[in-house]
Amino acid sequence: MNIFICVKVVPDSETIIKIAPDGKTIDETNIRLAINPYDEYALEAGVQLKEKVGGEVTVISVGDENVAGVIKKCLPVGADKAIHLIAPNSRMVEPLSIARLLADEIRSHPFDIIFCGKTTIDAQNGLVGELLGSLLNIPVVSAASQFSVEGDRAVVSRDVDGTKEIVDCALPCLVTAEKGLAKPRYPSLKEIMLAKKKQIDSEPVIPGEPNLCVLGLEYPPNRPPGKIIGEGAGAAPELVRLLTEEAKVL
Amino acid sequence: MTKVIVFIDHKRGVIKKATAESLSVGKNIAGQIPLVAVMFGAGAKDAVFCLSKYGVDREIVFDNKHLKNPVSLNAVKPLIAIIKQEKPDIILFPHTAAVKELLAAVSANLGISPIVDCVAIENTDGKLTCHRPVYAGKVVVSLTSNQKPTIVSIRPNIFPVIERSAKTKIEEFAFQLNATDILTTIREISGDDKKRPDLMEAKIIIAGGRGVGCAENFVVLEQLADVLGAAVGASRSVVDAEWQPQCIQIGQTGKTVAPELYIACGISGAIQHLAGIYSSKTIVAINSDPDAPIFKIADYGIIGDVKEVVPALIQELKKAKQSS
Ligand SMILES: Cc1cc2nc3c(=O)[nH]c(=O)nc-3n(C[C@H](O)[C@H](O)[C@H](O)COP(=O)(O)OP(=O)(O)OC[C@H]3O[C@@H](n4cnc5c(N)ncnc54)[C@H](O)[C@@H]3O)c2cc1C
Ligand SMILES: Nc1ncnc2c1ncn2[C@@H]1O[C@H](COP(=O)(O)O)[C@@H](O)[C@H]1O
Repeated sequence: MNIFICVKVVPDSETIIKIAPDGKTIDETNIRLAINPYDEYALEAGVQLKEKVGGEVTVISVGDENVAGVIKKCLPVGADKAIHLIAPNSRMVEPLSIARLLADEIRSHPFDIIFCGKTTIDAQNGLVGELLGSLLNIPVVSAASQFSVEGDRAVVSRDVDGTKEIVDCALPCLVTAEKGLAKPRYPSLKEIMLAKKKQIDSEPVIPGEPNLCVLGLEYPPNRPPGKIIGEGAGAAPELVRLLTEEAKVL
Repeated sequence: MTKVIVFIDHKRGVIKKATAESLSVGKNIAGQIPLVAVMFGAGAKDAVFCLSKYGVDREIVFDNKHLKNPVSLNAVKPLIAIIKQEKPDIILFPHTAAVKELLAAVSANLGISPIVDCVAIENTDGKLTCHRPVYAGKVVVSLTSNQKPTIVSIRPNIFPVIERSAKTKIEEFAFQLNATDILTTIREISGDDKKRPDLMEAKIIIAGGRGVGCAENFVVLEQLADVLGAAVGASRSVVDAEWQPQCIQIGQTGKTVAPELYIACGISGAIQHLAGIYSSKTIVAINSDPDAPIFKIADYGIIGDVKEVVPALIQELKKAKQSS
């Protein structure tokens, strides 16, 4: 089976985000990069599928030159190769443009299944996978918490706004990973050594003209500083009073 | 002159709260121009009463025997046909998990870049400036689109529901949907009969962290939730320890919630957890460690053991209920 995993390299979840002087981008100094957490689940799910049914796992990522080192980390985990579509300053490029770049590349290869993350933790659109599937004209199932292949169909369990669903669709298809879809593994030293021989194909790409215009970035309004109202069970009446009379949420 | 279409997310004809919020936003933008709701599937025709309450002037309905999940990807063709017929300026969706695939499919097919998960929208003569959190809410980006129609979705539980009255005119949409248009099929649905509200719509959320101690202790949080009509959530540590299922995890790799009241029990307040609760109106923290970071952002903090404070709180609330 030909399995593609779309991976984005993002500032890690602890990074302090500072707005750059232009007011429209973030300050890139001191940012630590990591694989988007949901994409790690996607990658692991793809690798496990390959281990079960055979085939090849290809990681594909759109990002600037700085992210190559992080993409490499997908190889010891079990990806056979990686495609790095190099686009400078592309981190916050609109999802449709990213999806088009990915679609153009993936279309030129045989593919049976594509895994994406449910969402990125930087742009937070939760869209690139769904857009990509539609551009490729294949079924999409998002936020999978379990996945299997039965014959020529993919079967996915997921939680949709509080309801559990089991959904199936024909292959080829695109599945986006919820946390817990698969538990990311730590590669062994041997796998890390072997992965050095695996290839990364890099290729420059140019995103299309943007349809969205970024007017600016702002910090969210600060929450008022926290207040301790008491200790132990004895504080319960005061809490109920404050919630009723002051906050008016009860 | 802004023509707005709102896509209705519903379950068997009962519209979701996030949909009512979208209609309220849509009506504000549309002003005097008739507001159009598009509703698919069983129950759509009977929803007029409900839609008129939110100011819908026209309801376009479509149903078809193949369309078992009317807000799914499978509805893309009729929805595009309606958009082409109606030529709206703006198409609004609630940002719910159920409609996300459909929103994306429509966008991809029409070549439109959507702006999703907005928490604030300004309207200047039909030109929308949309604000959406990025980088786990550490910053908020404001965006405009230069495309028509503009596709926008709004985060649940942020925008107020505004009731108005309108005479809603029903129009049935004629479209030939075939079995081959069905891309994904639902084999099984469960958990539809839950007695607690969904996390995304809940007014009150009781969330437990590792400080709750063990899976069994969550019973006390559930009791508190029942007294308040609240939903129950959990931190990642709790989910990773398998005390609670993934679907109730709150935070950066879980759900982003915005209830009126969030009660964090035995949760330290890691940055990734706070990312998911930042828009809550009031935050309460119960934690035995006075230095826990959650106290820095909690409107009301109680230093203490969850196992003692929560039962006391239940007692107090029951008392308050009886005396009112
Ligand atoms: C990429 C990434 C994504 C993440 N995403 C998420 C996410 O989505 N959601 C999330 O929650 N976390 C997430 N995390 C994990 C996060 O960093 C924290 O590890 C986690 O939130 C801690 O959970 P906790 O507060 O329950 O546990 P702890 O940090 O262990 O805190 C337990 C708290 O309980 C208190 N306590 C102990 N006993 C009692 C008692 N008897 N009564 C009262 N209080 C008591 C302690 O003082 C402590 O403050 C993520 C981490 C990473 C790296
Ligand atoms: N630049 C990118 N390169 C490769 N895959 C991406 C990129 N951006 C997003 N994706 C994929 O699409 C998913 C959703 O992204 P987003 O729409 O930004 O939330 C991610 O989890 C990735 O799997």
